[in-house]
Amino acid sequence: MANVIRRQTPAARLLRAVLYSVLIIAGLFYILPLVVMLMTSIKPLSEISAGTLLSLPQNPTLEPWTKAWGEACTGMRCEGVGGYFWNSFAIVIPAVLISTTVGALNGYALTKWRFKGSELVFALMLFGCFIPFQVVLLPMAQTLGWLGLSSSRAGLILVHVVFGIAFTTLFFRNFYVGIPNELVSAAKLDGAGFFRIFWRILLPVSAPIIVVSVIWQFTQIWNDFLFGVAFSAHNTQPVTVALNNLVNTSTGVREYNVDMAAAMMIAALPTLLVYVLAGKYFVRGLTAGSVKG
Amino acid sequence: MSESTTRTAVRPTASGWLQAWLPRLVLAPSIAVSLFFVYGFMLWTFVLSLTSSRMLPSYDFVGFGQYSRLMANERWWVASTNLMLFGTLFIVICLVIGVLLAMLLDQKIRQEGALRTIYLYPMALSFIVTGVVWKWLLNPQLGIQAMVQGWGFESFRFDWIVDSDMAIYTLVIAAVWQASGFVMALFLAGLRGVDDSIVKAAQLDGASLPRIYWRVVMPCLRPVVFSAVMILAHIAIKSFDLVVALTGGGPGYATDLPATFMYTHAFNRAQIGLGSASAMLMLGGVLAILIPYLYSELRSRKHG
Repeated sequence: MANVIRRQTPAARLLRAVLYSVLIIAGLFYILPLVVMLMTSIKPLSEISAGTLLSLPQNPTLEPWTKAWGEACTGMRCEGVGGYFWNSFAIVIPAVLISTTVGALNGYALTKWRFKGSELVFALMLFGCFIPFQVVLLPMAQTLGWLGLSSSRAGLILVHVVFGIAFTTLFFRNFYVGIPNELVSAAKLDGAGFFRIFWRILLPVSAPIIVVSVIWQFTQIWNDFLFGVAFSAHNTQPVTVALNNLVNTSTGVREYNVDMAAAMMIAALPTLLVYVLAGKYFVRGLTAGSVKG
Repeated sequence: MSESTTRTAVRPTASGWLQAWLPRLVLAPSIAVSLFFVYGFMLWTFVLSLTSSRMLPSYDFVGFGQYSRLMANERWWVASTNLMLFGTLFIVICLVIGVLLAMLLDQKIRQEGALRTIYLYPMALSFIVTGVVWKWLLNPQLGIQAMVQGWGFESFRFDWIVDSDMAIYTLVIAAVWQASGFVMALFLAGLRGVDDSIVKAAQLDGASLPRIYWRVVMPCLRPVVFSAVMILAHIAIKSFDLVVALTGGGPGYATDLPATFMYTHAFNRAQIGLGSASAMLMLGGVLAILIPYLYSELRSRKHG
């Protein structure tokens, strides 16, 4: 037996080395684009044409960043993407808060106050998670026009709330199904009403699912491009649309460092930050949002 | 349930009535929104697809004329074929990479958490950011090609992004980069859920490690594979931002997908009728994937 183990050791060690190398190479595949993006964003333009992707910055400069923030041209205007960054926040924050609140109440009503047809209602709403949004774009454009919300931030908030509710309802419904009914029944017997039970019994245990829902909605809406490009004007564009315009503006010299600074820090930073701070919940949202049917 | 009915029977007051109806009242706005903005809009788009609308929606009906125009449209066929090719490659490669990485990470690796974080972070990015980054990496003059040539491999070519036959594969590369880590996370969670005792029993029977994985572990992961395929297919059909940012549909329209085809025709080329028809076909595609999935979900739930 000891003999067998000794014979296995070098082979096992080799296998282990191979295993780690494969994992590290895979890691490089994922991390290098980010590293290249970061390095390119702090190189002066001359170094970009002289060097290669992986050459380290010789004279690191923050100029591309300030330029991306305040001066770079996005289409006809040259005001940087800073303003659009705040646009995104102005759209994301109300949309996330409203859709999460509505989703929580829906999930609660669907699980703790079941009525005839409540499962059907859930199935009906769930379908909204799956439709390709191209199928609602044209009617949405016309409806926003009727509501006087064309090209406005309020219009985009409405769109994101409307199509976010399906997901948030799904999150909260699946979470509340797992909360035992006994407490709720007892409270009902004591005469506690709908909102009181929600406030006193459900909400205090909802922290994890609220985090999941907020993170999911935040990344979805921050990263949205389709609705942003279809339903916004110059002054209401979210940052993803501005970034795409910046990269495709073809006046003068292509400033790759500015492109990368805008992409990296400005468009990607908020969601990356969320991911680093709350990665566990991010994964949970991704899986709950798409796996559970 | 029975408590509340007796209570309302005993005290048929206004507040009792309100309590009984409150859940429905709370749900009502969402139901209305869903009926109007999801189902109503689907119907509306379908109606538009039966009209000759161009710049503005008009309601003179031409039957299924827009659909036959679509079928005769070469660009639509390019877009559909591209979606098949892109979708298949994207799904298969993500699954293979995802399973492999999950199995390798499941071998009691040091720094597993750090590696997992690195594999998964692209999923937090916008497809626009992914497109911008990969456009830069794939740029023949300044990107990977230039770098490898600079190392002395003068004849190295990696200019797929400007080659209309190969550009579609650049979409696959970027999309796999973004989503494969997520598939890994799904599989890793699945692997952790596999009952250890089954694996131990197989080991005692003298089964080799690859055999255990293939015959014992993989069958347990079937639901994960299923969900992953669903999610990835869904991402593939919805892919719009990535195409816009990475290739802009080009060169020419070589990398058009149905999602970009619809947007271009409905919003830029004043072909609302044709765009609506293409949107309806996209919906059909999603339903074709979704219905068997939901069916099997419901069936498996009934059985256990």
